[in-house]
Amino acid sequence: MRLSNLELADGSMVDIVITKSKIASIEKASASGDIDLTGMIALPGFVDLHTHLREPGFEQSETVLSGSQAAASGGYTALFAMANTQPVADNAGVVTQVHELGQKAGLVDVRPVGAITKNIEGKELAALGGMRNSIAAVKIFSDDGHCVSDAALMKTAMEYLKPLGGIIAQHAQEPTLTIGSQINEGDMSRITGLKGWPASAEESIILRDALLSEQTGCPLHICHVTTKLGVELISWAKQRGFPVTAEVTPHHLMLTELSAREYDTRFKVNPPLRTKADAEALKQGLIEGTIDVIGTDHAPHSHDLKDQDWESAAFGMTGLEQAYQVAHKVLIESGDSDWNRLQEVLSARPAEIGGLANQGSLEIGSEANITIVDPNKDVIVEGNRFSKSSNNPYTGMSFSSAVTHTIYKGEFSYKSFQVVS
Amino acid sequence: MRHLLSTAQLERDETIELLDQAAEISRLNEESSRKFPTLQGKTVFTLFFENSTRTRISFELAAKRLSADVINFAAEASAINKGENLKDTAQTLEALGADALIMRHPKGGAAYSMANNDWTTASVINAGDGMNQHPTQALLDALSLRQGFDIPDGKGLDKKRVLIIGDIVHSRVARSNIDLLAKLGAEVIVAGPGSFAPESGYANLDEALEVKPDAVMMLRVQKERMNQPLIPSDREYANLWGLSERRAKSIPDALILHPGPMNRGLEISSYAAESEKSMVLKQVKNGLAVRMAVLSSVLGGKNATV
Repeated sequence: MRLSNLELADGSMVDIVITKSKIASIEKASASGDIDLTGMIALPGFVDLHTHLREPGFEQSETVLSGSQAAASGGYTALFAMANTQPVADNAGVVTQVHELGQKAGLVDVRPVGAITKNIEGKELAALGGMRNSIAAVKIFSDDGHCVSDAALMKTAMEYLKPLGGIIAQHAQEPTLTIGSQINEGDMSRITGLKGWPASAEESIILRDALLSEQTGCPLHICHVTTKLGVELISWAKQRGFPVTAEVTPHHLMLTELSAREYDTRFKVNPPLRTKADAEALKQGLIEGTIDVIGTDHAPHSHDLKDQDWESAAFGMTGLEQAYQVAHKVLIESGDSDWNRLQEVLSARPAEIGGLANQGSLEIGSEANITIVDPNKDVIVEGNRFSKSSNNPYTGMSFSSAVTHTIYKGEFSYKSFQVVS
Repeated sequence: MRHLLSTAQLERDETIELLDQAAEISRLNEESSRKFPTLQGKTVFTLFFENSTRTRISFELAAKRLSADVINFAAEASAINKGENLKDTAQTLEALGADALIMRHPKGGAAYSMANNDWTTASVINAGDGMNQHPTQALLDALSLRQGFDIPDGKGLDKKRVLIIGDIVHSRVARSNIDLLAKLGAEVIVAGPGSFAPESGYANLDEALEVKPDAVMMLRVQKERMNQPLIPSDREYANLWGLSERRAKSIPDALILHPGPMNRGLEISSYAAESEKSMVLKQVKNGLAVRMAVLSSVLGGKNATV
């Protein structure tokens, strides 16, 4: 299959030839090909280090299949499925099940994340070795949704995972500072009368775990950084050579606490939306490299869980279908960064952190995982097209670029805006 | 006014109109306890997801004085314990023909969600939501202050200095008053221990009283809103922040307000509560009048009179 007249992130114009699931060659753009993609840009398939697929246990919100479809439509060819399912992915059985469901869906490489602690309760270690050595070959371990708040337990988990080659992804949230917290602590908690969520709850854990990662040598990935000082702490840890990486979500880059002003529960999320200054610092951190990746924290919830008063509603918003568009708006449309950085944060870097050798590059000979985007396509978001849930915070917003095709293992998983089944 | 959810929705002129109407009702209430036909045929539910006998009976009596049919839905004992969510409660009462829902809820923003989600067409009156708002309390406090200062109808509280003392952070009464009294022209100052009022900066009540307030509003110490104790002990709070007899005597001209129920000996001494400057019972009476004014404004249309 020859995809012709594509632009690469570096600006060159090429044809990409795919043979038997691999990129066979990348050649000078020609007049003819199987598919003419003039005006489009080819990027390595996106990799999401932070997805909630909800299966098993919460299939009314999302399944591995519906989440895979949402992912393919968003340009993803790999995703890491968080462990807070029911039952929790804290043993080889559950991660194997999720892995197999992913293969069956066949639209994206579904990599299960294993829980750090049993039943993500933060008390005892989960079957870390069993999951690592299972057919799912779990690489990333996280209690995401919950913070592993016990410092000694976190240190033990790091010591244990280091020789196994696993990495820790921490949801940084000191729980004693966030009992009942609803919304960023500051102006917006004052205006809404909701319990504030202090930035220090996140920052204190970032600092603590950075120190533990340095001491143990276990790589630490900080999930969804949301504050300016959090970015500074990560920058400090990196300057010292600590094995720390960091992630920002599309929503924390683009949205602020102001969205939550009218108790619209679509904007209720953990960690909360912060200030404009925080969002700006996150963007700078992402551009400069302090923050390594954009991770969606795609958190689908059924309508019932969101059609509630603010405090009763569930935390979380979806992101797979709009993450690229947000990245484009923040990095490209703003004029503040470039396509190289965009492909690094959506593909190359998350593939590297997640240990996915078959993802994250368009090198000749590598597996053909490719995302094709139209850099000039005006779209108004009408809600999620493929996710089973409707808690999409971007509904009604407009973007100026879109994913048009996704190729997973040499075949279209998404073609001309439709998922290929 | 279709709903009363927050003091934030009330502009100065509208507030003064409401206060004038309440003042008129208050004078009529003094003359007799007769009913007004304003809300005849209207069905009003009180919907208290959090216990508060005083506020509930004040609203209930207000609605009854206006000839509405009043049903008390003891929500904290029923639906919520069976797992029903707010939307289903709203739709149930909608199906029963509710014209107004007077709601108290432990969660902030609950009244806003009730009114703005297509769950019900009834008017919603916020009788307190979490730490957020308690607008009728602020209105009754404003009316009590206006009367206590002998300010005539049609006027605000311009240039009056009101000191609010206590757990500012966790208090919907404080939040509502800070907003509403300021709109009426008062200078509002808050004070309390650092864990109650982080931005106030006074070491104790004596220091705070040096601002020479025209009125002090003592807040109830609300143990139920603290996740963990925010003060070392009741005794220490009483020592540092209680309106003791000595402190009350140091501000002989200042009005003394308390939203009730009082913890005597903790935030307020019996001397202060019963002094001639105490507005506590006046506040209760004005609560009835203000709630009647709000109900007729919300349900009776703009030109409703009592």
